[in-house]
Amino acid sequence: MVQYAWLIPLVPVAAFVLIVAFGRRLPGQGAYVAIAGMLASLVMSIGIALQWFVFGGSNVGLYNHSVSWMPVGNTNINMGFSVDSLTAVMLIVVTVVASMVMIYSIGYMHGDKRYPRYFSYLSLFSAAMLALVIANNILLMFMAWELVGLTSYLLIGFWFEKPSAMRAAKKAFLVTRVGDVGFMAGMMLLFITTGTMNLFGSEGAFEHIATHPSQMNALVHVGPWAIPLVGLIGLLLFCGAVGKSAQFPLHVWLPDAMEGPTPVSALIHAATMVAAGVYLVARMYPVYLSDPSHIALTVVAYVGAFTALFAASIGIAQNDIKKVLAYSTVSQLGYMIMSLGVFGYVAAIFHLMTHAFFKAQLFLGSGSVIHGTGTQDMREMGGLKKKMPVTYWTFLISTLSLCGIPFVTAGGWSKEEILTVAYHTNPVVFWAGVLGAFTTSFYMFRLVYMTFHGEPRDHKIHAHESPKVMLVPLIILAFLAIFAGYVGTPFHNSFEHNMAPVLGEQFEGILEHNLDMIPHGFFMPVFLIGTFAALLGIFFATLIWKWHVIKIEKLEPAFGWLAKIVENKYYIDEIYQATIIRGLMLAAALLYWFDKWVIDYVIVNGVGYMSLVLARAWWWIDRNIVDGLVNLAGWITGTLGRGLRYVQTGVTQQYVFLLVVAMVIISLVFVAGNYSEVSWIPPITGFFH
Amino acid sequence: MSHSLAYGIPISWFLTVGAMLFCIGLFGMMVRRSAIGMLLSIELMLNAANINLVAFGSYLKLPSIAGQVFAIFVITLAAAEAAVGLAIVINIYRNEQHIDADKISVMKM
Repeated sequence: MVQYAWLIPLVPVAAFVLIVAFGRRLPGQGAYVAIAGMLASLVMSIGIALQWFVFGGSNVGLYNHSVSWMPVGNTNINMGFSVDSLTAVMLIVVTVVASMVMIYSIGYMHGDKRYPRYFSYLSLFSAAMLALVIANNILLMFMAWELVGLTSYLLIGFWFEKPSAMRAAKKAFLVTRVGDVGFMAGMMLLFITTGTMNLFGSEGAFEHIATHPSQMNALVHVGPWAIPLVGLIGLLLFCGAVGKSAQFPLHVWLPDAMEGPTPVSALIHAATMVAAGVYLVARMYPVYLSDPSHIALTVVAYVGAFTALFAASIGIAQNDIKKVLAYSTVSQLGYMIMSLGVFGYVAAIFHLMTHAFFKAQLFLGSGSVIHGTGTQDMREMGGLKKKMPVTYWTFLISTLSLCGIPFVTAGGWSKEEILTVAYHTNPVVFWAGVLGAFTTSFYMFRLVYMTFHGEPRDHKIHAHESPKVMLVPLIILAFLAIFAGYVGTPFHNSFEHNMAPVLGEQFEGILEHNLDMIPHGFFMPVFLIGTFAALLGIFFATLIWKWHVIKIEKLEPAFGWLAKIVENKYYIDEIYQATIIRGLMLAAALLYWFDKWVIDYVIVNGVGYMSLVLARAWWWIDRNIVDGLVNLAGWITGTLGRGLRYVQTGVTQQYVFLLVVAMVIISLVFVAGNYSEVSWIPPITGFFH
Repeated sequence: MSHSLAYGIPISWFLTVGAMLFCIGLFGMMVRRSAIGMLLSIELMLNAANINLVAFGSYLKLPSIAGQVFAIFVITLAAAEAAVGLAIVINIYRNEQHIDADKISVMKM
């Protein structure tokens, strides 16, 4: 089974090609083709997961297969795929969420004028994302990485008639590109250092890193800092993750990306693509582990922790339902990144998986709400609980999962695991995580109360429950939001058992060495603190928005200024506008001026003018000297001809006379030559005595 | 050296006779109006050359009959030339009723 894993991304590619070629003529206007392709990939992924986790394939550690791609100089770059536990988990996550989102989209996108195109983009995205996770080669991974960026751009700007969607797409594309520059630099540095693009195997980069510690730990001076080479590679690769996973300071694109269709937000901007950054760091984890100074991991940890807290705080003050979820996504991605930074490798992947399910569900649920009410503003909603019961209950389950309610939800298990690791490795990160958990449950229950509880605030809106085709994915994902967590409970952590061999023996040893102070099994203090934080957040939200014990109006004078800052997202966009964008504009204006006056005017026009002057001079020379020489030759020939005409009399005696005269002259010359010292006349000697 | 006086006569005597004969022929060639006269003059010049050839042949370092053979060729050539020349002259006379070379300036008849 596993040797056919390369088919998994190819099936959606085929669906994409079919939809592009035939569009509306396909069954279901292309939707059924896309879904069929995705379900085929899902079945294959399940097969791989069964083989890997149930039938003990993970004991193999890694299936790796390459074919030669392009020989470059002395190196041969391979292309291939690999399957290990990390890949198997990612395959399941991507195919499950993509299938659900596609099915849901039949209802959500019903009647859209670019319906087939939407499904072709979704297929292409899924293909690229699947290729990204099974690639065994960092170059191939980068290509897939850029391809998901492209499809993300296309889907954010799917309704490109809206200027805001167009701008958001552009912003997402450009902001992630900033991080990708770092990724690319890291990739090149890795290639220069290890001489290979392959990650695995005896020739792979990881093996090289493991066997050449002195080369890898050589200090590189970057500005005032001296960083080990491998740490620098890790930091550069992390730039890519910061862009893709919307970490501070490149988080600004993700909330704007909510301009795309809501199922797209669920698939790309919540569950899969944004998790690609986390996946990248996890995939390249040996790079981070092999640096004894752990500088890259420290940066990863603090960026993640800061983002988790920072984005969660913005989530409190947003009124657009999707914006709240977007900031929640940024915050949860920060959680995963933070977990990777404090050696919580398994916990991060676990949280990636559970988050993908419940956050996809939340987005699809919010899409259902938007579909039913026609607005995204939570202030206009309220009281939807009765009108949309299925949406409400599934949404509530996922919300609880996101808040990390223990025992009954998937998010509870993964959050506890992250916090447990952080508790033992870095207290700052741990408390940031706890505060983030508190904030998360606070703003999520604010969202739930504002949307579903109380009385309808806008009576013009006649909400209705969504069609079945949208509800079924909600139910399936809500189911996963509860039960996906049971693979990784602290009591019987089969997830960790399967995931640990991914790194290979040596790096697994380093990881375990850093984690050896963590007790196995259930850890009570963290469980209590985490649960208390979550419940406290829910409690405060309930006080304010459910029971109205604390009136918002009363908080206004004390916290108004703070709320304003938070509501405006700490003015990050404005700061970027004022500094980076304005700076770029100024630089562009300067360059424009330089182009116009120096390049165009002085150089280009100067060259033109000089050419003209030279051409004039040349014209004169041509006209007077060259032509004059030609005419002179003609004139000489003509004159000579005219002169010699008189010789041709036709009188024989004259010819004879001239002949004789010439003979006499020539004879005289020769005779003179014989008796003189004139050298150029050959003497006639030797014949006679 | 011994050959120069083989017959008791120095070569210059032969050459002088040849030169005189050639000059007479040349003079005739230049001054005669009649085409017949010009042909006769040519014969004189050719024979002047023959005298020279024969004389040189006898006075070479290695005396040979090459000069005499050459002279016989020249005589043959002269006969042929005279035949062609006279045929042309007869044709001219038939067309123009004279054989004055000065007046024959047109090739087309």
